[in-house]
Amino acid sequence: MVEFLTSQLGVSIILALVVIGVMLGSVAYCIFFERKIAGWVQDRFGPNRVGYRGILQSIADGGKLLLKEDVIPGHVDTPLFILAPAIIFLVAFVGFAAIPWGGQLQLGENLVDIQVAKPDIGLLYILGVASIGVYGVVLGGWSSNNKYSFYGGIRAAAQMLSYEIPLGLCILVVVLTMGTLRLESITLQQTEYWGGILPMWNVILHPLAFLVFLITALAESNRMPFDLPEAEQELVGGYHTEYSGLKFGMFLLAEYAHMITASGFIAVLFLGGWHFPWIAWTQPEATAWYAVIAKMLVLAGKITFFIFLMMWLRWTLPRLRFDQLLRLAWKGLIPITLGLFTLAVILVYVGRQQSLPWALLGNAVVLAIVLAAAGLSQVEVTGRQANLPSIRPGPVSTGTART
Amino acid sequence: MILATLEPYAAIGVTILVVMLITAAILVLAHVIGPKRHGPVKDSPYESGMPLVVDTQRRFNVRFYIVALLFLLFDVEIIFLWPWAQVFHHAATDGVTIPLENGGEVGKGFLLVGMAIFLALLVFGLLYEWKKGAFRWD
Repeated sequence: MVEFLTSQLGVSIILALVVIGVMLGSVAYCIFFERKIAGWVQDRFGPNRVGYRGILQSIADGGKLLLKEDVIPGHVDTPLFILAPAIIFLVAFVGFAAIPWGGQLQLGENLVDIQVAKPDIGLLYILGVASIGVYGVVLGGWSSNNKYSFYGGIRAAAQMLSYEIPLGLCILVVVLTMGTLRLESITLQQTEYWGGILPMWNVILHPLAFLVFLITALAESNRMPFDLPEAEQELVGGYHTEYSGLKFGMFLLAEYAHMITASGFIAVLFLGGWHFPWIAWTQPEATAWYAVIAKMLVLAGKITFFIFLMMWLRWTLPRLRFDQLLRLAWKGLIPITLGLFTLAVILVYVGRQQSLPWALLGNAVVLAIVLAAAGLSQVEVTGRQANLPSIRPGPVSTGTART
Repeated sequence: MILATLEPYAAIGVTILVVMLITAAILVLAHVIGPKRHGPVKDSPYESGMPLVVDTQRRFNVRFYIVALLFLLFDVEIIFLWPWAQVFHHAATDGVTIPLENGGEVGKGFLLVGMAIFLALLVFGLLYEWKKGAFRWD
């Protein structure tokens, strides 16, 4: 038994259970923090009644959702209606399995990886699992047999499909630079230093790719300013209009789980995962239990930062219009990421993929080309096209009142 | 042999099973615990209080189809880039060569030219659709 528990498989399975538990807990508390941050941004208290400063709010919410009626309206397509939240919930929690949590741990004689799964194709696994999520949203919208839900569903489909292309191209930039699809190898390669000081994080090497990836990750997890599929003011609740009780709760939890997965993915791809520079405990050589805990805390800190950033953006930015959203993807992000991909190919070809000056120079060139093209073509990426007639109303006729 | 290649996925399998159990438990619990009251109004779709005019599952804007079609084209092309990126990196950095059927070997230059042609076609397609107005949603 002890042999099994200290082997790679045993550690992986224990870690899988721990990760699911931690995810469920932190997802519930993300909702609480979202409301607290909303209160902070809007200069009010936020939830502060249940427990000390509202700390038990999430538990109260869960209990309330559990005791609510599980309405299955008469007009819905019942099997798909039940399947939709199940799919989105499952997908949101499974994607996290490939994230490397804390390097390696010396356990007796074995050196085990603190990672649930270590497939050769970790990157493709996360991407593939994440794209199944669109089925949950679309099925939920379709089976509800409600016009708001339906529009939410097809909006979600168009949005998630459009943003998957720049997302994939951004990840390809990292793959070309690193030459591997394994998330743990990508983390390891980022633990080196330039000039002995500056960590070799991809965010420093490819800042443009990082920015585009951040935008597409927001869009893929349906967060503000890209939350068109559930836009409350336009579509009531979007694809979950007809859902109530814990089924609605599952959509909500899955959204936050998606945020955590996206943040973990960004942290691993661009910010060195569990690596924190200049501290001995968070280097790959440190394999003692306290070092593993330190690495986990570093990764958790990075994830928390991105979740905070997403919440902050939600309560700061206005929502895009749907045509602006699609135009940003197809006319803005896809050309930019094609340029970044070409840049990465050239850097690898000349053997300078890890050279900071070359990469930054290339990024500057791509940025200059993009800005010049945007300026010359007079196509506003998020506005109306220049050649369309103005919709500004003419002078208002005051006329004379009829007597 | 097959089992050895599947071993990294064992823990993923455990994860999927556990999450499926949790999902099923949530769905069943919510169904059992909550009250059940039905009524003609409650069973009708929520359309902001307006009476229902037509069924939902009918025609919708064709532009959503166009987005789906464009996605299919581009995503299939981008999937092709993934293995290429992997091979190209090792060809360019480690000098790995790819054997051909006629016995010859090709290196990074061949891969670069091939991808340049492919990417040129991709960009040409993008520009063509752009010019045709496929990306106009206003």
